[in-house]
Amino acid sequence: MAARRDLVGLACLAAVVAVLPLLLPNRYFYDVAILAGINAIVCVGLNLLIGYAGQISLGHAGFFGLGAYASAILTGRYGWPAWGALVAGAAFVGVLAAAIGRPILRLKGHYLAMATLGMGIIISIVITTEDRITGGPDGMAVVPFHLFGWAPRNEEAWYWVVGAGLLASVALVLNLIASPIGRALRAIHGSEVAAEVMGVDAARYKLLVFVVSAVMAAVAGSIAAHYGGFITPAKVGFLHSIELVTMVIFGGMASTFGAVVGAVVLTVLPQFLTLLKDYELLVFGALLMGTIVFMPRGLVPSIAALVRRGRA
Amino acid sequence: MLSQALQFLFTGVTVGAIYALVALGFTLIYNSSHVINFAQGEFVMIGGMATVFLVGAGVPMPLAVAAAVALSTLVGMALEKFAIEPAGRASVVSLIIITIGASIFLRGLAQLVWDKKLHAMPPFTGDAPIAVAGATILPQSLWVLGATVLLVLALRWFFARTLLGKAMLAVANNRDAAQLVGIGVRRVQLASFALSAALGAAAGILIAPITLTAYDIGTMIGLKGFAAAILGGLGSGPGAIVGGLALGIAEAMGAGYLSSAYKDAIAFVVILLVLFFLPRGILGARGGERV
Repeated sequence: MAARRDLVGLACLAAVVAVLPLLLPNRYFYDVAILAGINAIVCVGLNLLIGYAGQISLGHAGFFGLGAYASAILTGRYGWPAWGALVAGAAFVGVLAAAIGRPILRLKGHYLAMATLGMGIIISIVITTEDRITGGPDGMAVVPFHLFGWAPRNEEAWYWVVGAGLLASVALVLNLIASPIGRALRAIHGSEVAAEVMGVDAARYKLLVFVVSAVMAAVAGSIAAHYGGFITPAKVGFLHSIELVTMVIFGGMASTFGAVVGAVVLTVLPQFLTLLKDYELLVFGALLMGTIVFMPRGLVPSIAALVRRGRA
Repeated sequence: MLSQALQFLFTGVTVGAIYALVALGFTLIYNSSHVINFAQGEFVMIGGMATVFLVGAGVPMPLAVAAAVALSTLVGMALEKFAIEPAGRASVVSLIIITIGASIFLRGLAQLVWDKKLHAMPPFTGDAPIAVAGATILPQSLWVLGATVLLVLALRWFFARTLLGKAMLAVANNRDAAQLVGIGVRRVQLASFALSAALGAAAGILIAPITLTAYDIGTMIGLKGFAAAILGGLGSGPGAIVGGLALGIAEAMGAGYLSSAYKDAIAFVVILLVLFFLPRGILGARGGERV
């Protein structure tokens, strides 16, 4: 069972999700909120891997993309029901992550970064190249979502779907962290050898977290594909993987709510930066560098530390 | 049949030499600071783009090359001074994100200062292919290979004969011990960023006449250079060269014999297979983790 602090946090998040629509003036803002929610679902899972187990992945956009394309292809080309395609995509990614994870999670540090990066790029190149199935670089259209006759018809309906998905993800992850699995993960993060000496099966827990985070990315990918109605390989590529890791680090490692905040800030920020036109990349890069240089632990833990110091 | 293989080999060695230079850049910075610099590809881009625009503005080629290398070196030093050093002892992932931020920043700056178009650089000396045993090789490929050999020899001399070079080796070996015997670790770190940026720029200038250059070419070439450094064994100079050449040749052979559509994937398939069996690369250090 999750600790009381987690329950309070979860309740606050639920309140924000419930109240936010009152502040969203039009469809554009709903759209941004939905995209932020989808990114947050991926980041909450990825944070489990990076922040808690201390294992980096520079290839999670690959899992996100596989989920998205599984939904697009199975519903569009083979007439599967949307929920069936979503589950099949998630299951496929889970099996794939377990198969790849076993050898690559033995790697450490930069070698693991390289391996996950390579895996993500291979997935993205396969999706771009197999254009008869995936539509290639131009992408493919995705049929609307249906669940036993019900279909989210507008942004508002999608908002509640994504909001519920986010709350479920956060609840799942908080429970996982508060369970003995979470303790084992923190031990592995501290020192893998020491954890193993204490009897923690490090390889098993790392693999478990890798698979969980991959499946969460795949489900988010399926939702994103149906919501957007169109999917291109850009969402599968290296830069999207980097974006996801950046959100986790920016918000604050080993903080589930930090991951949510990071995802929201870094989804909303570029929307405003498009106003800067040609200066967009420049300013985004500078902000990213500046934040991590001055708050190496990320936004939420650094601000929390400031607040604590203020009180004392 | 044989001449075709030779042709692919020429292509592979040329590209491989470039990967080796980029990989050496990764290795230099990693050894002095344990940072993986994801902005390494941006040095390659700056080298090529600065040369193209200076030559376009009427500056003579040799002067343009020197200025481009100098510019990239300054950018490398600024990166160390204003981003890596202030971050202090941040975690590995945080440092990676900082260098990624730097690479986005530099790309943004490049498309503002220069433009977003593809640019061709004229070859150093003509573009008439030279016939060798049934295959052909571009004069520019000879420039790439010759310059790479010279740069590697110069690096060897630098590490064996100069005080700064020896200080860099000492820091690579053991940072704390180096500091204890009075080596200015910060100065060494700054020098490694400068040297690595200069090497990257040289690679970018050498390859630009063959592959074209643009503000966003840095990402892929940086990743391949990282793959080469890992393939050889992170932190090993000879490993970076072996890794770069092996990757270049594998890529050219794979593109020629298997599938050119999957050319960019080959490097990453190779690196995954190697890591499955040799988790520390071909020439990487063997040994356990100290607790």
